[in-house]
Amino acid sequence: MRLEARKLSFRYHRKQPWILNNCNLSVETGSRLALVAPSGYGKTTLALLLSGYLQPTEGEVILDGRPLPQKGICPVQLIYQHPEKAINPRWRLRQVLEDGGQMQEEIFPAFGIQREWLNRFPGELSAGELQRFCVARALLSGASFLICDEISTMLDVITQAQIWNKILEEAKNRSMGIIVITHNLALATKICDQIYDLSKQEYRDKSS
Amino acid sequence: MKGINQRTKAVAFALCMMGMLIAVYTFGLLISEEAMMSGFQNAHQPPSWKYPFGTDALGRNLLLRTIKGLSVSITVGIVASLISALIAALVGMATAVGSKRVDAVVGWWIDLVMGVPHTVFILLISFALGRGVKGLLVGIAATHWCSLARLIRGEVLQLRCQQYVAVSRRLGKSGGWILIHHLFPHLIPQFFVGLVLMFPHVILHEASISFLGYGLPPEQPSIGIILSESIRYLSAGMWWMAVLPGLVLVGIVWGLERLADYLHRILDPYSVQE
Repeated sequence: MRLEARKLSFRYHRKQPWILNNCNLSVETGSRLALVAPSGYGKTTLALLLSGYLQPTEGEVILDGRPLPQKGICPVQLIYQHPEKAINPRWRLRQVLEDGGQMQEEIFPAFGIQREWLNRFPGELSAGELQRFCVARALLSGASFLICDEISTMLDVITQAQIWNKILEEAKNRSMGIIVITHNLALATKICDQIYDLSKQEYRDKSS
Repeated sequence: MKGINQRTKAVAFALCMMGMLIAVYTFGLLISEEAMMSGFQNAHQPPSWKYPFGTDALGRNLLLRTIKGLSVSITVGIVASLISALIAALVGMATAVGSKRVDAVVGWWIDLVMGVPHTVFILLISFALGRGVKGLLVGIAATHWCSLARLIRGEVLQLRCQQYVAVSRRLGKSGGWILIHHLFPHLIPQFFVGLVLMFPHVILHEASISFLGYGLPPEQPSIGIILSESIRYLSAGMWWMAVLPGLVLVGIVWGLERLADYLHRILDPYSVQE
């Protein structure tokens, strides 16, 4: 399967400047692409467009030769930067996982999710612990593509490594495609096959 | 205290408060008109062990009459605030989900109702509907929904653009599912706290309108009626007829405010660890 952005442009209003202009890129399932750019170049907007949260002003998002479906479970799932905003504070964490789909308890140990957390409220866990639930939720939905928007920025390095190892392992098992948005070039070089620089709108040499 | 956290304390207090309300209510229903009478020879008695609240000009036991009055007030309070809160919930959600035009029209209407002093508005409606319980209930229900409706509207607008709602949508959940699972857990506590907070407000309005003579008829001894009867005897030095029932009314209203506060703590997940 192939996720493609064709001549993607976006602005919030006719009188406002373009946030994204004529952006082309593509990812295959099983491959990993890093998106890098300084702040304000529309990395998050691109992520929202690719996962169907926003509709492009011009151009289109193509999944497997067809436009991205608007109804039903989206095969492209986005994981946000702030897990505490992406989880309803009045839900118990069991509900959060069930939102993704059928509960699979065998993935808990790998993500460091403890069973007793399931009955707690989000306010009782740390951001790093909540992010594991967001990742697990996205994986449970059976998505073919995962977009990770700065998901490990607020985590300590050990937790970062744990989460990324797990995501990469799951992505390999399920042959998912991954788009990683990050400011951390070292991370991008380490885990991705390709790096796309949104500020220059071109693929970047991994060695440089 | 070891073993007793804020939540347990709040639950205990809320239950006590509700138990007291129910006790006053049922006791008031059971008191008959005859039980209050102690004969004209006992009229104008000051508070004593036999008559803790004294007696009124017709020799009626004022303690029993006050309890009976409270039970009438509680009935009016529950019915009127329930109707009002339901109107508020429906109007609030409709304005938040509906079109901009609906929002503008209802917003204007809310401003209008809030702009007119409640007491005057209730007087007009109650008078137009021929006073009595019906006029009073309609009058109170029609004026008390505004601020709760505004609150719920704001809450729905705020919730609708949360990331977790967007995530659920991309996970294939329908609008109705989101309303029940995402919005209701936030709205229901607001609704109940708003309802309980409205309750003392309604009781006070009922008392003041009845006091002015546009509410309940004199044979229904609500607190407002008792107070308006006692006013004639105040200048004669019979203070107990107004002060004691008045204090009970203040006590009930204070207790209800506390109940709303504790209810808020119980329903709010963040307060678990406090």
